[in-house]
Amino acid sequence: MKYGLLLEIAWKLMLARFKQTLIAAVGVTFSITMFVALLGFMNGLNLMLDSLVLNRTPHIRFYNEIKPNPNQPIDRSETYSSFNNTIRSIKPNNSRRSIYNSAAMIETLQQDERVMGVAPKVSAQVFYNVGNIDITGSINGIDVDAENELFTFSDYVTAGNSTDLKNTNNGIILGKGAADRMLAQIGDVIQATSAQGNTVQLKVVGYYQSGLSELDNVQSYTSLETAQKIVGEPASFITDIQVKLNSLDLAPSMAVEYADLFGIKADDIQTVNAQFETGTEIRNLISYAVGITLLIVSGFGIYNILNMMIYEKMDTIAILKATGFSGRDVNLIFTLIALIIGTVGGTIGLVLGYLAGLGIDRLPFETEALPTIKTFPVDFNPRYYIIGGVFSLLTTYMAGYFPAKKASGVDPVEIIRGK
Amino acid sequence: MKERTVLEARNINKFFYNPVKTQVLKDITFEVNRGEFVSIMGKSGCGKSTLLYILSTMDTSYEGNLLIDGQPVTGQSHTFLSRIRNEKIGFVFQFHYLLAEFSVLENVMIPGLKLGIVDRKELEYKAMEKLRIFGMEDHALKKANQLSGGQKQRVAIARALINDPLIIMGDEPSGNLDKKNSDIVFEIFQELALSYRQTLLIVTHDPEFAAGTDRIIEMEDGRIISS
Repeated sequence: MKYGLLLEIAWKLMLARFKQTLIAAVGVTFSITMFVALLGFMNGLNLMLDSLVLNRTPHIRFYNEIKPNPNQPIDRSETYSSFNNTIRSIKPNNSRRSIYNSAAMIETLQQDERVMGVAPKVSAQVFYNVGNIDITGSINGIDVDAENELFTFSDYVTAGNSTDLKNTNNGIILGKGAADRMLAQIGDVIQATSAQGNTVQLKVVGYYQSGLSELDNVQSYTSLETAQKIVGEPASFITDIQVKLNSLDLAPSMAVEYADLFGIKADDIQTVNAQFETGTEIRNLISYAVGITLLIVSGFGIYNILNMMIYEKMDTIAILKATGFSGRDVNLIFTLIALIIGTVGGTIGLVLGYLAGLGIDRLPFETEALPTIKTFPVDFNPRYYIIGGVFSLLTTYMAGYFPAKKASGVDPVEIIRGK
Repeated sequence: MKERTVLEARNINKFFYNPVKTQVLKDITFEVNRGEFVSIMGKSGCGKSTLLYILSTMDTSYEGNLLIDGQPVTGQSHTFLSRIRNEKIGFVFQFHYLLAEFSVLENVMIPGLKLGIVDRKELEYKAMEKLRIFGMEDHALKKANQLSGGQKQRVAIARALINDPLIIMGDEPSGNLDKKNSDIVFEIFQELALSYRQTLLIVTHDPEFAAGTDRIIEMEDGRIISS
């Protein structure tokens, strides 16, 4: 087969109808541009909104749950083992909030190669003493370095520096909402009383703003040591172990695995934040639907132009067939025209879509709620470009299929006799 | 010695079904030998063009048998028939059917490129040779629609010759031309028959044209009445 010849004929036919071909290609270009830019933008927003929560949430969180002991003494008694035991009004015993043997656990987790990193935390309930009223709040004692690395903590510190927590004795980074209520400036010293009754003086070294205001109103951060001092516990006191994994999908199975091994409560991110996945999926679905609709519309444009071309070029088709081109050759010629329009239009569309993405990426987008975002987020995932490219070829091929089939079925005798 | 038979039609019958069943060709049987210059004569509507399209393998809905170069072509696949047309048959129609998007030279070359036996350069040379026969070599690079009617028809004949076909079929090739040009076309055919021993089968209703050929097949009402 001489594909070169067919390509040459296809090319010449296209050039003869250059304007219409151009319009068809522009249609494809426009839809691919929109498709790629739209999906990139949409997903950029998705990722940002998700990361707002997901970045700050450990994949697995280990802690001691306050609950009644499931092994009550009566269950252990051999005498009553064959009886149904009913005990009313069981209360949680005074179990320790701290995780027992936490250092060994952290070491075990760090050696697991599925684990990206581990960050211990001490959480404590306090009252901020402001004048003669107390404001409730919760203080998280964190390992600043681990927190920065795993949960991009410093991104959310809008004023001051996260490392000051380590460097300043009794330093605290206040939630923005809490700081506003206390009128606490950076450098001020505030007083807090723990649930255990210890009163401490804390120096404000920064503000924390996550974008979720209910969190910012209560949450504040100190170093691990400061938090341990507030609750009056030794350095081994850890209430939470936060784990970030290399793959998010492993979280549910690993949570179960380690909960059994350590004998403590483990929450995985999927269980805690199930609704985020759903939202992301639906937003994605909508943007795909819009993009594909655009492509199909441009496919109709190509279909029209090819149909017109075939009516105009009946003579050409007839003579090609008379001089020895088979129906398949004619079919290929028109399919090639469609694919050339698709390829050229699609390629330019991908480039323009990328440029549009870069443009959107530069547009300023500043909002109180999202302190880390300065411009519109755009996701440049190559997946959208691949899908866009494949779809442009697919729709143009489909658009060319029926006209090409019609052209291949042209009966030369009918055309030639008709003259 | 008898010349080789190039084209053989055996008992060809053809019906049109629209609007009512009518028989347009009745038991057509004849042969064309190599080197013959044959014309098919008849009034319009006698079925001569219909016969030609059957002989050219483009029309496949008929009864009977058709052999080209000793090979039966009746009932063969479309791809096979395309190949036969490309390789063994050259066409000249009443209308020139040149492709307006291509130059004269390319128009002549296209069937050759399709056949793909010789490479492009050689084919270009060959196409120029064919154009030279008709004095059209100076127009080789013009677009087809820049030529006059007579010139176009000469290019169309050159195109028919590009693959050195076994037989050239013409459907009123001079029908659209004035006297002068139609004479030129006739002279070309005669020269092809005489100096190149090219087999020709031309449908015409012009008695003067037919008189100059080796053999006249006369048709009336779908039947051959003399050959």
